[in-house]
Amino acid sequence: MKFKKFLIRLSDIYRFISRFFKEALFPPYEIKEILKQCFSVGNKSLFLIAFTSFLAGIVFTKQSRPSLASFGAESWLPSLVAQAVVRSLGPLITGLICAGKLGSNIGAELASMQVTEQIDAMEVSGTRPFSYLIVTRVVATTLMLPILVVFADVMALMGSFLMVYSINNTGFTLFLNEVSAVISYLDVFSSLIKSAFFGFSIGIVSSYAGYHSGKGTTGVGRAANTAVVVSMIFIFVVDLIGLQILNLFRS
Amino acid sequence: MKLQETPYLEKESTRLDEVVKIKKLCKSFGDLTVLQDLNLDLKERENLVILGKSGTGKSVLIKCMVGLLKPDSGSINVLGYDVPSLSVHELNELRLQVGFSFQGSALYDSMSVRENLEFPLKRNFGIFDKSKLNEMVMTALKDVGLESAVDQSPSELSGGMKKRVGVARTLILNPKIMLYDEPTAGLDPETAAEINELILSVRDKYHTSSIIITHDISCARQTSDRVVALFDGRNKLEGTFEELKSQNNKELQSFFNY
Repeated sequence: MKFKKFLIRLSDIYRFISRFFKEALFPPYEIKEILKQCFSVGNKSLFLIAFTSFLAGIVFTKQSRPSLASFGAESWLPSLVAQAVVRSLGPLITGLICAGKLGSNIGAELASMQVTEQIDAMEVSGTRPFSYLIVTRVVATTLMLPILVVFADVMALMGSFLMVYSINNTGFTLFLNEVSAVISYLDVFSSLIKSAFFGFSIGIVSSYAGYHSGKGTTGVGRAANTAVVVSMIFIFVVDLIGLQILNLFRS
Repeated sequence: MKLQETPYLEKESTRLDEVVKIKKLCKSFGDLTVLQDLNLDLKERENLVILGKSGTGKSVLIKCMVGLLKPDSGSINVLGYDVPSLSVHELNELRLQVGFSFQGSALYDSMSVRENLEFPLKRNFGIFDKSKLNEMVMTALKDVGLESAVDQSPSELSGGMKKRVGVARTLILNPKIMLYDEPTAGLDPETAAEINELILSVRDKYHTSSIIITHDISCARQTSDRVVALFDGRNKLEGTFEELKSQNNKELQSFFNY
């Protein structure tokens, strides 16, 4: 019985994702609503991402310094931090913050609309709620995550520079030179692609959780919870897959 | 158990066309059978009240009629459309002709009353002209007696006002059929009577045929041309309000004596 339910759920998810691509790729397009959702996604997460990335940059630099110093390689600190931030830390911090902030928001919002029959009301008035509510949110998270990751990278490097400057009195130009020397186009490009997949995962998982929530207030809570937890798991899975693919390119 | 074949309608020839015809409708959720071999019809400009206690499949029935739920078997013909076999496009076409007033009003709480009413117009007909939208919104709100609430948000409205806005949001699309799901649930008797009046005035002004799902006996008395009492998704009694009232049926009398 449980296996049957599992298969039914899988087929539900498959149909949900297929419907997303069908409605996202073919007109009518929801340009205005997508822009509105993009603004909302960016606006909701920007400060939090800036703050946490800045702090992460400081902490990572401070923690890495003693290890490098013990090998006499303290001057490599900017390079090490830059690689870590651009390749992994920036996308991960952004993905996890967005999974928490946006995932819960999308999951709970759609679930409460489901519980109060607002989605049904849209269905029966022929207003294509899937396209209006789901496609716009998933496209917005997919487009905005890479932009937020660039912002997170910059803020983390700023935090790192502050630390390096306060300890070694390293100038900004030197720091920037060291950073740019180790960051390749492949690093930046792969980081952006990966974060777009993070955004897609957050959007699709949270939308599915909200759109298919159970009835009642417990359904709303469960949808928000599922959205956050499953999105976070997906982020790590995508990160791992991304790393494997990237290693193939590098080798 | 069927009482009689609606002879009281035959005196009005304009109401004879069937706009809804349901045959042998079955719907189950897992092991729970909600509707079984249900037959039902709705005539043009008729107010049909479906009376029954909770869990008898009343709401399921109207949700099947607009394709929100898929029936297990049976046929549902609404305005000439065979609902279970409709494509997405055809279903949307039908839905534009059927107004659905939800039990909890289902107003979009992120939008104002005006935006709630404009939403289906913008989405379905691409009407963006502000003066035209305003005119249509104000007309619909005037018909439900709520012009003053146009710029309020749903959270600022009382239960009765929400129901009215919900009705206005469907009326703005000029439907041929109205489906009311528990229109007076949770309302005080005075507001409930106002909603009943509204249901009648909508029928007269918009020439709609209506199905009113309720367990409120005063709503049934005030709004019905014909009443179908649903007991367990299969057994039903049918007739005018007075005819059903005079029936010696235990379950039915529990409604009337409440």
